[in-house]
Amino acid sequence: MEIETEQQQAVQTKCFHCGQDCEETHWLDEKVFCCYGCKTVYEILNANNLCEYYKLDDRAGISMRQAHDEDFAFLDESDIRKKLISFDSDTFAKITFTIPAIHCVSCIWLLENLKKIETGVIHSEVNFTRKIVTIDFNPQSVKLSRLAGVLKSIGYAPQITLESKEKKNPVLTNALIFKLALAGFCFGNVMLFSFPEYLGLDETDPLLIRIFSFLNLILATPVFFYSGFDYLRSAAASFKQKQINIDVPIAAGLIALFFRSAYDIIANTGPGYLDSFTGLVFFLLIGRWFQSKTYESLAFDRDFKSYFPLAVQRLDGDAWKPVIIYDLKPTDRIQIRNMEIIPTDSTLVDDYAFIDYSFVTGESKPVKAKQGDKIYAGGRLIGQPINLIVEKSTSQSHLTSLWNNPVFGKVNESKYKKIIDRAARRFTWIVLGVAAVTAVYWQLTDASQMWLVLTSVLMVACPCALALAAPFTYGNMLRVFGRNQFYLKNSDVIERLAAIDAVVFDKTGTVTHGDKPEVEFIGKLSDEEQAIVKKLTSASTHPLSTIIAASILKSSRESISEFKEIPGQGIQGTIHQKFIRIGSPSFVGVMPLSDPQGSIVFVSINHEVIGYYHIRTSLRKNIKGMINRLGNKIDALLSGDRDTDASLLRKMFSPFTFLFFNQSPHDKLDYVKNLQLNGRKVLMVGDGLNDSGALKQSDVGIAVTDHAGIFTPACDGILNGEKLGSLDKFMALAKSATQILKVAFVISFLYNGVALGFAVSGHLTPLVAAILMPLSSISVVGFSAVAVNFVANKKLK
Amino acid sequence: MNIIIVLISISLTIALIFLGVFYWNLKSGQYEDTYTPSVRMLFDDKPKASSSTDKKA
Repeated sequence: MEIETEQQQAVQTKCFHCGQDCEETHWLDEKVFCCYGCKTVYEILNANNLCEYYKLDDRAGISMRQAHDEDFAFLDESDIRKKLISFDSDTFAKITFTIPAIHCVSCIWLLENLKKIETGVIHSEVNFTRKIVTIDFNPQSVKLSRLAGVLKSIGYAPQITLESKEKKNPVLTNALIFKLALAGFCFGNVMLFSFPEYLGLDETDPLLIRIFSFLNLILATPVFFYSGFDYLRSAAASFKQKQINIDVPIAAGLIALFFRSAYDIIANTGPGYLDSFTGLVFFLLIGRWFQSKTYESLAFDRDFKSYFPLAVQRLDGDAWKPVIIYDLKPTDRIQIRNMEIIPTDSTLVDDYAFIDYSFVTGESKPVKAKQGDKIYAGGRLIGQPINLIVEKSTSQSHLTSLWNNPVFGKVNESKYKKIIDRAARRFTWIVLGVAAVTAVYWQLTDASQMWLVLTSVLMVACPCALALAAPFTYGNMLRVFGRNQFYLKNSDVIERLAAIDAVVFDKTGTVTHGDKPEVEFIGKLSDEEQAIVKKLTSASTHPLSTIIAASILKSSRESISEFKEIPGQGIQGTIHQKFIRIGSPSFVGVMPLSDPQGSIVFVSINHEVIGYYHIRTSLRKNIKGMINRLGNKIDALLSGDRDTDASLLRKMFSPFTFLFFNQSPHDKLDYVKNLQLNGRKVLMVGDGLNDSGALKQSDVGIAVTDHAGIFTPACDGILNGEKLGSLDKFMALAKSATQILKVAFVISFLYNGVALGFAVSGHLTPLVAAILMPLSSISVVGFSAVAVNFVANKKLK
Repeated sequence: MNIIIVLISISLTIALIFLGVFYWNLKSGQYEDTYTPSVRMLFDDKPKASSSTDKKA
């Protein structure tokens, strides 16, 4: 009960800057701040008269508690500078920064008023959807490193990677949109000019009819040669590979429609079918556009390079200079600071250091390294800055060897025979059969009509509705998933997700919270004592101290005297005439506990043991239901961690789920590969760099993250950690999508059947075609939209 | 009936002009960010430089 009321009090004091609950309070201008960083940001904004920032959006500020020192000095190196800056002259330069922290109106406002904070800035412009800011600045009055530093100081640290420079191809999507626009334009006008035909005005003015027909032909020509050209090319390519995909019957239909119409118009034998033709191309392109939805601010293709810092400090003679990590050579001496990632395998020069390998191995406890120990790339330093001697260049380090695995070289899609292509193959053979029989029949009965009927058959066989069914069904599902914070790379993933029969989980960061362990104090501590413990543990950089300090919401204004940290033992100090020791059992003088689950930290005050902190891995909430529902489908849990949590996890999972511990990234990859060799379709759910091999190898690899936009390894989908409990529902929805697609196929085939009936019997007039073809497209699209939303509402409720 | 031919050529020309304008918009990057400008125009204290979307090339 006591704890509850305390928390309520804490809720009441919210930081003026970031809006989060305050553990400690810093006061300025009668406003509360949760940390020094937040207060500094307020000071900067206040000094520059930019406090409008807080009015635009309530929760604008970005908490500075997690912020760590980052040095941007390397940006001034001419090599790096050249790569980043898009335009450079003596007095004008332009750079684009990616800033994941952009999240609201205030962010846009502040970043676009950057010139008020930094005078060298000429103009800045935010693109909210892509989370980038483009800054024009005067390189003579502000250095690039200073610019990045200013951004960081107000909470918008730019994310700088040289790899992310190549942009997604906007030219390609623009081309698609213009093709679509052109097709739509021509479709509308051709319909307009076909009205006399629809209304049966043929005889009134033959000249006008001729003019309309030729106008139609002129309008349809760019649609055939520009808008619809992709289908022709794709069909030709698949012909060369002796495969039939959905584009083959489409291309056959388009060619038949266009040339038959052109013949009719030129030979003056009829008005042609150009309204149907342009309509088809228009609908097909809509389908393509609908499918092309991507999440621009998310990256699905990161490799290890994005995880590493761009540059580190290297000792050159007797000065530290920033150097790009790819230029590191063995025997170089480098300096790494708190929370930085070690870029390459190296040896430790200092006495000791704590390295957090959770990113690489999944091991949740930081490892203590002694002088001369080898430190592997990918580890994150926790604590005081250290010096290292480089052993191997970055590209040859232990970690990067994973990327030499062939799995990273191959393209994923080729493994799949898509449903749509299977359907198209069958469809094509049926159509060819019908066409042949029809041709023979008409040849025997009325040879003059044979060619007309044959082209009619090919025309209506154009499986436009079939081609629309998949993009719209999967495209809709992709949007539904996106609304529920499950972002897929593309709509093909849904098809693969539906076929999954084995699920493999990673442990740290996936099933458990990697960075938020459960802390419990066994014993009794008063408020004052808690505050003292916080004070003492805050002074230490030991990982366990950090965890304990973060779990206490009290603060004390007393100061510490005689603070001492004894490596491997614990910390001690005197606060308010109390001598406190926090650390291992032997340090405070008690017997160690038998069978501890997790870490135990004892506290003694004035040589009297008060109790101990029990620090355990905390499981994600709401996943128990999901695990039960998936049951035996969960094949294994692969953990890079030691087996301390084995009994806890054993209880959660079905008895048929294997639990493996101490798994290296390579082990995980091989496990997934073996499952696949046994014919299983594997879904891998992981989070870190250590899972990236397995994620890539699996049929569907999903990365779990708690903050969208933060590091995720290459994957097929990104799932918000809070939604992990709905994983089974997403899988069920993917299955439903496949079923909806099949029903849509049936509807589409029905239309094609009816149209074929008209064509075979020689009754396919332009009017019938103009009604039937758009109708089939629209009903298929409408059906898939309604069905997907209905199913999604039912299942995700 | 000639009047219809004149009218149709006028209507087609106008329609083609709009198609051309759309193409120009697309090229100049107007559709790349559809959210930020909607917010930007509501700021009281507007950055003085005018929109520079078309400068990007």
